[in-house]
Amino acid sequence: MTPAPLVALVGNPNAGKSALFNALTGARQKVGNYPGVTVERHSGRLALDDGRPVELVDLPGTYSLDPASADERVTCDVVTGRGGYERLPDAIVIVVDAANLDNHLRFALQLLALGLPVVVALNMIDLAERDGLTLDAAVLERELGVPVIPTVAVRRRGLDDLRAALTGIVGGSAVRHLPPSDGVVEDIVTLQRRARTIAHAAVVAETPGRRWGHMLDSVALHPVFGPLLLLALLFVMFQAVFAWSEAPIGWIEDGFKLLEAGVAGLMPDGVLRSLITDGLIAGVGAVIVFLPQILILFLFILVLEATGYMVRAAFLMDRMMARVGLSGRAFIPLLSSFACAVPGIMATRTIDDEKDRLTTILIAPLMTCSARLPVYTIIIGAFIPDRTIGGWIGLQGLVLLGLYVMGILGAFVAALLLRRTVTKGASSGFMMEMPKYQLPLWRDVALGLWTRTVIFLKRAGTIIALTTVVLWALLSFPKPPAGSGISPVDYSVAGRIAGGLETVVRPIGFNRDIALALIPAMAAREVAVAAIGTVYAIDDPEAEGGQKAITENLRNRWSLPTALAFLMWFVFAPQCISTIAVTRRETNGWRWPAFMVGYLFAAAYIMAGITYWLAVAVGL
Amino acid sequence: MATMIDSLVTFPRHQRATVASIDWDRLAVPEARRLRELGFDEGVGVEVLHRARLGSGPIACRIGRMTVALRRTVAAAISVSVRS
Repeated sequence: MTPAPLVALVGNPNAGKSALFNALTGARQKVGNYPGVTVERHSGRLALDDGRPVELVDLPGTYSLDPASADERVTCDVVTGRGGYERLPDAIVIVVDAANLDNHLRFALQLLALGLPVVVALNMIDLAERDGLTLDAAVLERELGVPVIPTVAVRRRGLDDLRAALTGIVGGSAVRHLPPSDGVVEDIVTLQRRARTIAHAAVVAETPGRRWGHMLDSVALHPVFGPLLLLALLFVMFQAVFAWSEAPIGWIEDGFKLLEAGVAGLMPDGVLRSLITDGLIAGVGAVIVFLPQILILFLFILVLEATGYMVRAAFLMDRMMARVGLSGRAFIPLLSSFACAVPGIMATRTIDDEKDRLTTILIAPLMTCSARLPVYTIIIGAFIPDRTIGGWIGLQGLVLLGLYVMGILGAFVAALLLRRTVTKGASSGFMMEMPKYQLPLWRDVALGLWTRTVIFLKRAGTIIALTTVVLWALLSFPKPPAGSGISPVDYSVAGRIAGGLETVVRPIGFNRDIALALIPAMAAREVAVAAIGTVYAIDDPEAEGGQKAITENLRNRWSLPTALAFLMWFVFAPQCISTIAVTRRETNGWRWPAFMVGYLFAAAYIMAGITYWLAVAVGL
Repeated sequence: MATMIDSLVTFPRHQRATVASIDWDRLAVPEARRLRELGFDEGVGVEVLHRARLGSGPIACRIGRMTVALRRTVAAAISVSVRS
C-alpha cells in the first residue's frame, strides 16, 4: 500500500499554522498567541474533496530555511526531505499572516523556490481588516503563481476553498525536483525587497486602523506600570488559586467521603477493604482534590498565552534575565513551567543559543509546577493561619506566592552560577516578534483545561494510584504482634526503610512521615500528599479520612520548623520522573539530567536545613 | 528633506523614521541574520514604540506592520533618519 500523500503546513512563527491544522483535521494541538507554541512535528489526517486521504503535518514556525534553533531545524528538515524524514512532502500549504505580508511573503518566496506544489493560506484576514488593511488575493495569486486562499483558521473560514485548492494540486503534477542549491537561492535582503514589492501591490486600501494594541502596550510595556501590572497579574493568580477553589474542593471531598463510606458498607473489614479505603481512596483522593487549583492556575497561564501578553512579560523580564546570563526569551518556557516543567523544557527548543537553552532546561524545574500545589496547599493549610492582612490579602495566598518567589530566586541564582561555570558562554541576545493582542478563544482555553484534566486524572489513576498501592502494601506488612503497642507503620517494611532514611534527613528537621513520603514522591511530587494520607489512614484506621484528617494529624505530629523545612525542600527537590526523562531526551544523554538531579537535591537539602535551623533559632 | 541621523537607541518615540544604515559588522552572525529575517533593511520605515526602562532594557519598535523587541546593543547598530 502506498502511503497517503504528505502535505506540510509551513510559515512564519505565529501565522496560525496550528489553528489551521486543528481546523482541517479536527486535531487538538495546542495553539497560542506567541511565536514558538509548536516545537515538534505533529501529523493528522485530512480527506480531500475527492475522498483521497492526506497526511497533514503541522510544523514549528520559522523565519527562513536557515534554521537558528532546534524547533526551526525540524521544519527545514521536513520541507527539504533531510534529517531522517523519509519523504519529501507532496505539497505544502504556506501559511502567511495577512496583516504582516511584508515579512511573511519573504519566507513564502523562499519556500516557493523549493519547487513543491504550493497553496498559500492568507490567514487571519479578519485581523488585517481590523487593522484597516484591504488585500487583493488575486494580485497575490498572479504575483506568486500559486493559489492564494483567504482564511480565518480560528473561525473556520475559508477551509472549503483551501481543501478544494489542495485537491487540485496534490498528486496532480509530475514529481518535481529540488533546485541544486538546496533551496537557499537568493539572499534574505533581495527576497525581502521582492516580498515588500509584492505585498505593496496586493494592498487595495490601507487606513490607519485602530491602534488599541499600541494603547494596551503603552501600559503593559510602561517602564513603571508594566512591571507593576505583571506583578499584580501574578499576585491575583495565586490568590485565585486559593480563593476560587474552596467550593469545588469541598464537592470533590464530599464525593470521596461518600465513596469511602459506600465501599466500607459493602465490604467486610479486612485487608482488601483497607487496601481500597486506606490505600486507594485515601491516597488518590488526597491528590484529586487539587484538580480545581491546578485548573485555575492553568486557566491563567492559558489566557496569558492566548492574549499575546506572554511576549510582553518576556520583554519586561529581559533586563533581569540578562543579569543572570539569559534572555527574555527564556522567560516564556520558564513561565509555562509554572504549569508543568515538561512542556516548559520542550519549549526551550525556541532558544537559539545552545548554552542558553541548556541553562534554561537546568533551571526549569525550579519554577513551581502545579504538582507542587497539593504539597504546598496541604502544609500551608495546616500550619499557616487562614486570616487576612489589611482586610483583603489572604495570608495563605501570600505564603504560597512567597514559595513561588523562592523558586524564582533559586532559579536566578542557579542560572548565574551555571552561566559562570558549566554553561559558560556569550549570551545570545534578545530579539523577538511581539504578536498582536487577541481576545482568547474560549473554545481553545476550555480545550486546554480539558486536556490538562485528562492528563491529571490519568496520572492519578496510574502512576499515583500504583505508587500509593505499593506504599500501602509496604506500610501494612508485616503487622506488629497484637497488643505490643508498636505503631503498625513503624513495624512495617516501609517504616523500617524510612527509619534508615530518617537518619539522613533528621539533621534538616525531617521526621519519619516525611522520610516515608519522600521515596514514593520521586515518581511524582503529588504522591507525597497521597503517601502522608496513607500513612495516617493506616496509623489511625478509626479516624475519618479526607483532607481534614490529614491536616489534624500534621498539626499534632509536625513542628512548624519541620513544616517550613518540608516546604523549602519541595521548592528545590527534583522529584519528578517525567522531568528527568524529558531532560534526557532534550539533552541527548544522561549527563545533564544526572547533573540536574544532583545539584537540585543538594540545594534542597541545604535550603531545607537552613530553614529548619533558622526557624528553630527564632523560636517558631 | 532635512535629515537627522540618529541611532535607534536614542531616537524619539512615536516619530516615523527610516533605517538609514545598519552596521552589520557590529552584530554577531546569528543576531545579524535574525535582524534581517525580521525585516530590518536600509530604507525601511521604523518607529520606536517603547523602551523597557530608562538606561537599559530592550526596545520595542514597529517595523513594517510588525512589532519587534530588541536589545539596545543591537539597536545601537541601527541608524535612522527622520522621514519627511
